[in-house]
Amino acid sequence: MKEHKFVDVNEISMIYHTISGETKALDQLSFDVKKGEIVSIVGPSGCGKSTILSIIAGLLKPTSGEVFIDNKEVDGTNKKVGYMFQSDHLFPWRNIMANVLIGLEIQKKLSEESIARVSKLLDTYGLGDFKAHYPHQLSGGMRQRVALIRTLATEPDLLLLDEPFSALDYQSRLAVSDDIAKIIKSEEKTAIMVTHDIAEAISMSDRVILLSKRPATTKCIYDIQLTCEGADEFSPIKCREAPEFRHYFNKIWKELDVYVK
Amino acid sequence: MLSKNKEVEHSNFSPSHLEFLKSVRQYKLKITLSQIGILVGFLLLWEIAARLAWIDTFFTSKPSSILLLIQDLSRDGSIFKHTGISVFEAIVGFVIGTILGTSIAILLWWSEFFAKVFDPYLVVLNALPKIALGPIIIIWAGAGMRGIIVTALTISLVVTILSTYNGFKEVDSEKVKMLQTFGATKLQILQKVVFPASIPNMINTMKINIGMSWIGVIVGEFLVSKAGLGYLIVYGGQVFRLDIVMAGVIILALATAIMYQLISKLESRFVKWR
Repeated sequence: MKEHKFVDVNEISMIYHTISGETKALDQLSFDVKKGEIVSIVGPSGCGKSTILSIIAGLLKPTSGEVFIDNKEVDGTNKKVGYMFQSDHLFPWRNIMANVLIGLEIQKKLSEESIARVSKLLDTYGLGDFKAHYPHQLSGGMRQRVALIRTLATEPDLLLLDEPFSALDYQSRLAVSDDIAKIIKSEEKTAIMVTHDIAEAISMSDRVILLSKRPATTKCIYDIQLTCEGADEFSPIKCREAPEFRHYFNKIWKELDVYVK
Repeated sequence: MLSKNKEVEHSNFSPSHLEFLKSVRQYKLKITLSQIGILVGFLLLWEIAARLAWIDTFFTSKPSSILLLIQDLSRDGSIFKHTGISVFEAIVGFVIGTILGTSIAILLWWSEFFAKVFDPYLVVLNALPKIALGPIIIIWAGAGMRGIIVTALTISLVVTILSTYNGFKEVDSEKVKMLQTFGATKLQILQKVVFPASIPNMINTMKINIGMSWIGVIVGEFLVSKAGLGYLIVYGGQVFRLDIVMAGVIILALATAIMYQLISKLESRFVKWR
């Protein structure tokens, strides 16, 4: 069944060393993600969620264990992987178009064709009029959408989202998470999202992975099946109205609660 | 949300807003007039005090004779020669200091080991009053223009290295990480984020630097030269011609102010996005 596992995280452990001691962040953690899935990782704060993404992205090397993406072992950064951060990290000295092209610039893939493709992405997702604007002229929600398009520009198959909405206010957060989940689905990407917002995790993802407190290990995995009404189009906001939503929420909340104390 | 274009808004200002703009303009005018007033008042008081012999012009000179002297010196062209030499020395010292300092800062950023090893040396060199090195530099680099430029360079270099390097280190590490996820090399990180993000800091460093270069030039000229504004000032002092000293200082003040303004222009050009 290995073909089905697009991302295979296999018993990874991570120990951080400092002069004053060592901290075990991850302990024999395993999970896998199928192609086209959105999977959320939820856990108590400080349990090492971001560490997992850094390891999958190849920015950190796990102390033991291995990660496979598309059956290839991760060793250093990988062009198949796109990373999206908590804050947008747009460069204030570049306009929106130049910001979005930075990944292609670094991978030396700038061409008329790739520029046209990225330009079309901006048009499709409502940012077409702002290509010549500078980041400080855009709202937080718009900036986060620009950041997603910057990540999509290099055509990654796997997106890693590290609490991508936590810097936004509540209204924009709802709207942008809805937008971004739709974009990920319509571009047919696979995504792993770290969040501490249980509702966000349930509404956006196909599966939710719950981690224990540090050293983190997989506690339980929930398959999310929501009956979204009038679902001709996937929409996380509408999914929040599904009757099962509250049921999942309570279950995850209870599991988390034990460890919050 | 998106800030609207300012020109579009101009046409439909309310009367109260126009009133507000007017009061802002008047306030600014008041500041400018007061600034000019202080200068004119000071010069007038000086001139009157000198003419009515309240003060001894042997020690203070007076504005009219300083002006006459500047006129005389510009008629025979010597004022331009002295100013030109000093300006040239200051610019060469400044340019070499900026380029060399920035290059060394890049080197320190590139290798943390290197930076840690050189840290105590830089701290000591930074704390040392570089003017004390003047005589050594003059002996090593020669008692001419070369010695003066090296003095200017010595004074500005360490400050440039330290503040540029610190600026590099303050660049958001998350932005660097963002580029790394695209597979950026160290050179690309320098080129795409560290350097552009440090431009405002580097321009501030240049502003400090230009002052430092001038200190170096004047000190160097005090020590050795046969021409330049520093020479003019020292010469004036030695022969007790206070009008020469004052003329030198005034021209020096003008020259440094102009160079400072040029760098500010550079700033508004390069840091538009702020």
